[in-house]
Amino acid sequence: MTDRTQPDSVVVVGAGQGGYQTAASLREHGYEGSITLISAEDALPYERPPLSKAYLKGEADEAMLWLRPATYYVRQSIDLVSGTVTEIDPAARSVRLADGSAYGYGHLVLATGATPRTLDVPGKELRGVHTLRTAQDAVALQASLAGARRAVVVGAGFIGLEFAAVAREAGVEVTVVEALDRPLARVVSAPTAEHFTWLHRSNGTELLFGRGLKALHGDGRSNVTAVELADGSRLPADLVLIGVGVTPRTELATAAGLEVDGGIIVDAQLRTTDPHISAIGDCAAFPQVRSGNRRRLESVQNAVGHAQAVAGRLAGSPRAYDELPWFWSDQFATTVQIAGFNEGHETEVVLGSDPDAFSVLLFRGDDLQAVESVNRPADHLAARRLLTQGTDLTPAEAAAPGFSLRTYLRSLAERGTEAPVAL
Amino acid sequence: MPKITYVAVDGNQTTIDVPEGTSVMRGAVFNDIDGIVAQCGGNMQCATCHVYVDETTLDKLEPPKEREDEMLDFTACPRKPNSRLSCQLKSSDALDGLIVHTPERQN
Ligand SMILES: Cc1cc2nc3c(=O)[nH]c(=O)nc-3n(C[C@H](O)[C@H](O)[C@H](O)COP(=O)(O)OP(=O)(O)OC[C@H]3O[C@@H](n4cnc5c(N)ncnc54)[C@H](O)[C@@H]3O)c2cc1C
Ligand code: FES
Repeated sequence: MTDRTQPDSVVVVGAGQGGYQTAASLREHGYEGSITLISAEDALPYERPPLSKAYLKGEADEAMLWLRPATYYVRQSIDLVSGTVTEIDPAARSVRLADGSAYGYGHLVLATGATPRTLDVPGKELRGVHTLRTAQDAVALQASLAGARRAVVVGAGFIGLEFAAVAREAGVEVTVVEALDRPLARVVSAPTAEHFTWLHRSNGTELLFGRGLKALHGDGRSNVTAVELADGSRLPADLVLIGVGVTPRTELATAAGLEVDGGIIVDAQLRTTDPHISAIGDCAAFPQVRSGNRRRLESVQNAVGHAQAVAGRLAGSPRAYDELPWFWSDQFATTVQIAGFNEGHETEVVLGSDPDAFSVLLFRGDDLQAVESVNRPADHLAARRLLTQGTDLTPAEAAAPGFSLRTYLRSLAERGTEAPVAL
Repeated sequence: MPKITYVAVDGNQTTIDVPEGTSVMRGAVFNDIDGIVAQCGGNMQCATCHVYVDETTLDKLEPPKEREDEMLDFTACPRKPNSRLSCQLKSSDALDGLIVHTPERQN
């Protein structure tokens, strides 16, 4: 608390995963200045992953989504303000809300997240057509699902597929329409994608690849009734989920003159081009440690990791953000977990002979980039340790009969080349 | 309501009511009990909600399922026979009186 560069007040725009964590980590680091957490959503900060999983299935109530109870914010002197920030005045160092109120800041953290992309097709405003980002979206989707018989999911990304699984389990007929030639094309390797194609098809979901959308059709009461594909074919539907990715919420940053390019541009310490403003989570494009390439990632780990790094810096212990990215998704009883970030791989090594439980190691040259684990949680955790500490594992070694990530990790510890790990 | 006791490394004890169906992890997080990080929010992804169940109350629990068992090999503090992931322990009458010890660190 002796660092004179510490701001006397921190304002955080957006109280999602990243915004909440910034406030919580600031207090954990002993920061004593004022903290204002501004939320456009009329809810306590909550986690989004269950929205397409347990919450959608009705297995969790709203309170189960909360990151903390209301009393937490009071005890920690975190001022939770409900409202939408409409403007940043970087010269005056203040933000203005839609209701006209204004908050001055010593430091501003933008944790505005992202909004679902919509498709520019006729009929997109029909009743029964959904996107999924907020708890409110999930409530609406759940209500539609309760009366639905045929659902069409546009986009075979994680959210689309997770919803497809929940809908199928609820006994709804489901068709997934994807423009590319496989599911999760931008985020997983071919063997993993193939597994998910199999998983959904074997559960009775129809998957259509390489197909675009032309229009949505409705009845006289504006309820969606069919999806028309680019080739003119029609799929009957009383529920449509559009899951075609998100757009980062950068409009405030752009208007404030910050550099924006497919995300709010930040340096390795998550500072924007204004030294008094940081950006974190889904809205921030930050340099990858290993490649230096600027990317935006959308995951809980990324939002939490960014928030912890920014909070540490503001509380007096600056460091470059260098955490290993990781992610998970649950569909039916299957979990896929990804450790690392694949910037384009050349070799795939598949571990495990069980078609229902395997890991794919992705190498670029001799460099292990990422590991995808399907129903192999121990592999995933071993991979996280390995990728975090750095490894010279080659594709040939990984492909040797009997190779296991866990045994390999243990052998490193025994050789004393790495810090011992609890295994 | 089932009562769960959390014992910190320094011996400090807190007993709270944890509603049925709520996890032992959430009970701690919602009551500002330190020592459980729960980075993944209870989704069985992180192993940062590790606890040691007091030997005297171990019989209140069913043994861990396969996935929890595998994850327990990756806790930051050494695994012991009484190690559990607290996000997988759902409060119920059977758990009333459970005592858990939080480890020195979670990550
Ligand atoms: C359905 C769903 C399932 C997911 N499942 C997984 C999963 O299984 N695993 C995983 O790792 N990740 C998952 N994610 C992704 C993860 O939830 C996000 O990456 C994470 O929430 C990003 O955190 P954030 O703080 O950047 O943004 P958000 O959590 O989106 O928070 C941003 C907040 O800022 C608010 N805001 C924006 N602009 C303003 C403004 N001008 N004024 C005030 N407030 C504003 C928004 O309303 C929002 O509340 C999922 C996401 C969704 C939607
Ligand atoms: S909270 Fe992450 S595994 Fe329990």
